[in-house]
Amino acid sequence: VLHMQVQLLDRYTAKKPAIGTLYLTATHLIFVETSCNTRKETWIIHHHIATVEKLPLTGTGYPLNISCKNFHVVHFVIPSERYCQDVYHSLLRLSQPGNYLFAFLYNPKQDEDDRRNGWGFIDSAMDFKRMGLPNEFWELTDLNKNYELCSTYHSELGIPKTARKDTVLGSAKFRSRGRLPTLSYYHKESNGAICRCSQPLSGISARCLEDEEMLQAISRANPNSTFMYVVDTRPKLNAMANRAAGKGYENADNYSNIRFQFVGIENIHVMRNSLQKLLEVCAMKSPTMSDYLTGLENSGWLRHIKAVMDAGVFLAKAVADEKASVLVHCSDGWDRTAQVCSLASILLDNFYRTIKGLMVLIEKEWISMGHKFTQRCGHVDGDPKEVSPVFTQFLECVWNLMEQYPCGFEYNEKYLLEIHNHVYSCQFGNFIGNCQREREEMRLKEKTFSVWPFLWENRQQYINPLYKCSLGREVLRPSTLPLNFKFWCGMYNHFDKGMQPKQSILDHLLTIIQKRVEGEKKMTDFQRKLAVMDGVLADECTLKSRPPEQTLMPPVSVAHTSKNMQIKEETIIQLAPTAGSKQI
Amino acid sequence: MEFAELIKTPRVDGVVLRRPFQPTVEGTLCLTGHHLILSSRQDNTEELWLLHANIDCIEKRFVGTLGTIIVKCKDLRVIQLDIPGMEECLNIASSIEALSTLDSVSLMYPFFYRPMFEVIEDGWNSFLPEDSFKDLESMTDEWRLSDVNQDYCVCASYPPLVAVPKDVDDDTLRKAAAFRHAGRFPVLSYYHKKNGMVMMRSGQPLTGTNGRRCKEDEKLINATLRAGKRGYIIDTRTIAVAQQAKARGGGFESEANYPQWRRIHKAIERSSVLQESLIKLVEACNDQSHNMDRWLSKLEASNWQTHVKEILTTACLAAQCIDREGASVLVHGTEGTDSTLQVTSLAQIILDPTCRTIRGFQALVEREWLQAGHPFQQRCVQSAYGNGSSVKVRCEAPVFLLFLDCVWQILRQFPCSFQFSEHFLVLLFEHAYASQFGTFLGNSAAERAKLKLSQKTVSLWSWVNRPQEAQRLSNPLYEANSLVIWPSVAPQSLLLWEGVFLRWNRSSRCLDEAYEEMVHIIEYNKELQNKVNSLRRQLAELETDDPLQHTE
Repeated sequence: VLHMQVQLLDRYTAKKPAIGTLYLTATHLIFVETSCNTRKETWIIHHHIATVEKLPLTGTGYPLNISCKNFHVVHFVIPSERYCQDVYHSLLRLSQPGNYLFAFLYNPKQDEDDRRNGWGFIDSAMDFKRMGLPNEFWELTDLNKNYELCSTYHSELGIPKTARKDTVLGSAKFRSRGRLPTLSYYHKESNGAICRCSQPLSGISARCLEDEEMLQAISRANPNSTFMYVVDTRPKLNAMANRAAGKGYENADNYSNIRFQFVGIENIHVMRNSLQKLLEVCAMKSPTMSDYLTGLENSGWLRHIKAVMDAGVFLAKAVADEKASVLVHCSDGWDRTAQVCSLASILLDNFYRTIKGLMVLIEKEWISMGHKFTQRCGHVDGDPKEVSPVFTQFLECVWNLMEQYPCGFEYNEKYLLEIHNHVYSCQFGNFIGNCQREREEMRLKEKTFSVWPFLWENRQQYINPLYKCSLGREVLRPSTLPLNFKFWCGMYNHFDKGMQPKQSILDHLLTIIQKRVEGEKKMTDFQRKLAVMDGVLADECTLKSRPPEQTLMPPVSVAHTSKNMQIKEETIIQLAPTAGSKQI
Repeated sequence: MEFAELIKTPRVDGVVLRRPFQPTVEGTLCLTGHHLILSSRQDNTEELWLLHANIDCIEKRFVGTLGTIIVKCKDLRVIQLDIPGMEECLNIASSIEALSTLDSVSLMYPFFYRPMFEVIEDGWNSFLPEDSFKDLESMTDEWRLSDVNQDYCVCASYPPLVAVPKDVDDDTLRKAAAFRHAGRFPVLSYYHKKNGMVMMRSGQPLTGTNGRRCKEDEKLINATLRAGKRGYIIDTRTIAVAQQAKARGGGFESEANYPQWRRIHKAIERSSVLQESLIKLVEACNDQSHNMDRWLSKLEASNWQTHVKEILTTACLAAQCIDREGASVLVHGTEGTDSTLQVTSLAQIILDPTCRTIRGFQALVEREWLQAGHPFQQRCVQSAYGNGSSVKVRCEAPVFLLFLDCVWQILRQFPCSFQFSEHFLVLLFEHAYASQFGTFLGNSAAERAKLKLSQKTVSLWSWVNRPQEAQRLSNPLYEANSLVIWPSVAPQSLLLWEGVFLRWNRSSRCLDEAYEEMVHIIEYNKELQNKVNSLRRQLAELETDDPLQHTE
């Protein structure tokens, strides 16, 4: 019997390490600290593990460094080489599970009907209705119902009413991967629309009349403007390089009344490398302020965030101020285009600044429009060059907006972080697969749970107490001066609690809101009792007429998600247990 | 001298005032002895009421006969005045220049200001050394209040009364003073009630190149150690800088002569370096043409955040020595009037919950800055725009501002542990640089006594401690926290103090709104809980009164 005392080291300081027992389950790595009186647990979902690294032997044992996709970094020291080796190999296998993802195991003891209904909780098609569609300018088409037109789009597309079928088909043929121009957001107030697509296959000189007609149809669908913007979110140089490969960008001479614009957001590879550099900055042990700021600058991360934000602001202004429509694309139209369109939607429409609205937006602009979550998040062992923090950047832009508009959003930072966690956790089916068709093939709606009802149930935690819906349909006009962009410590150093403010204003206010709900309830109770005593109200009568409990939100437990769930296979593989099992 | 001589043109009509994020105002510009006033004369409201003393520098520009004066203020605001007529513009400009750089302190506005409010409690008497010593006496009898400096002869920058170890007589103090920079012999700064450890501060010892020593100085500081205990000397300078100081007669305590003390050197920069940083930082914040890389690189190059980190780190070290190591500490740099005070005052914020209250913080500023002889007049004569002014000896430096910045950092990390809000810190920044109150005039207690400030001017504390003002400056999130609060000094945890540096460079509408909403939520909940409690009481009374009803 070996006495395994695994140490969990502090990432930054030489503080006394925590000693405890490491468990590997089918889905989680769990470290149970046994050195303190209160049982402290660290749960890491295998899907979150980005890299596992074995380091050479130190004085205390074999170091094993684990970095997670949610930026949790843990350094273990394991006393025995064999166990270290075991853990290492198990984690490598478990974190890259081929096609056997957590979502297919996850079973929170819910009714099958509830599970199925859960998938209907967010219906992105409903959002078109909310925008007032179909109307005299726009309609929904089922031309893509079998994914024949475009395999990476979803099946219902918004297109201008005046676009003929052959125009649509022709345009799709002229666009990279068939990703034809389709409606992303319609702004009722201005008639301006945001449409999205992929780059045209224009090469050096090719043109396509149907595509030109398609753009004209989009332009015509907005009676308030004589022109439309075509925004290529790539740097001009990249777009030009694509021409040599038979792709490229619109030649403004061929399209009538378009204003063409590059906005210069870098590609997924630049973003991946930038994040890598940013994380290196975060990992520095006791850096000087200069090291940190220079590192932050050299990573280029905030420059990229600003570029995305600038593009989003450009779109929102075009639609709201110039009442113009905008067509947006990058190369394939599933990364930068998704970022920019969804950001512009948030700026233009307060619905997306609500808890439910953000779900709809993510469902609509990211999931159903074919953002390749499986590849970008590296859910399964695949091409590392396809991994890129595109969605993380979108959330960071939203966070930046929340910093500038503390009363403008119904949700708080925790909501963004929890969504980010689940994008990578594969606990729910929503972010699995690269497009709608793939998800249908995987039959995710039959086999997995949707994350949205789960988040909705816990919404009390994600409320921004300062939210004022009175801001109404005000278009947000954030400043994009560099000094308004801050390093998102809550995301990238989320697990380094020492760096966070020791007292959280948000938590404080959430507690007050909770107390307020209870207080209001008590007040009504007391008032009623007093009334009864005064003889104003009859006793039984009040009991009957009491409103049902559900009108008041019961306090929601703030339990960690991982503790709420049950795993189908309860087998816990204890890898380093012996001493620990006695202690627990 | 009459102010009228300096005011060549007292009034100009048709002046246009431009400020970022505020509507343009056209109105009449008036110059008085102490104010620049611009009024559109609508609804009798003044659009601008600016103290000349708040003006850091001005720039003139002409396009034809339309002149423009850019007024850059010490509170970092920049405003533009378009003045029709070249002569008027030149007159106004030269008057502002003269009036904003008055030589004589006694011509400053505090000597003319008459309060529009009733002084309930005279701030000049709110924080007397005698009173704070009474608090000390209630905790320990190891210290005494010495009046050795009654006539400011032993140390010009010390107050008349200082706390010293009981067993050390005045004669020893005089001899120790002769061995310390500018006579600043070690005195008590803070007594840590929890374990009886103390923090002292002083000027550097005058060891010089040949290692002079002073038995009295050694005796004085050793008298603060318990038997068998060692203490820490925190020298705010790097060892290299401290070495260089020897050549100019200064130096540091050698191990040989101070065997009971362990010396630690830190790297807080000299005040002239801090001033450079402020200028660079404000320039970076005001230039809106920067791209992201340029902004970050300028922010880095300003080194401002580096100073914040260094000062906080040193303060944490001092606090750690006292609270965690259970050792007494002596802090000094060169003069003992700048970096020393930053460290001793911040350490108290960390250690002592009293310092985190509105009154306690005033007492701290009074004790550790004003009484301790921080030369406010010199340091605050210019702010970030005062580059290349007519001042002969450059001695301005944002030492106090850096202290406030550090307090803000701790406040941000412990938003519920301070009785005051950020507004109080911003207010102190403004008043340190330009004020209608006399509190920050003069460089030392001696100067303030000579200027008779307490008789001739109003104290800032008189105003701040009125109930409505204290209410405005209080932190709605405050919940008394008696613990030591350890701030994080990781770069990720230290932010640019937007409330000061970006204050004029962005619209504050959304942030103000959020603050009001927060206050509203908290106030509403308080009222609600009160109501609930009173209903509960009513109910309980009724229930005991009338047992028949008690059948539920």
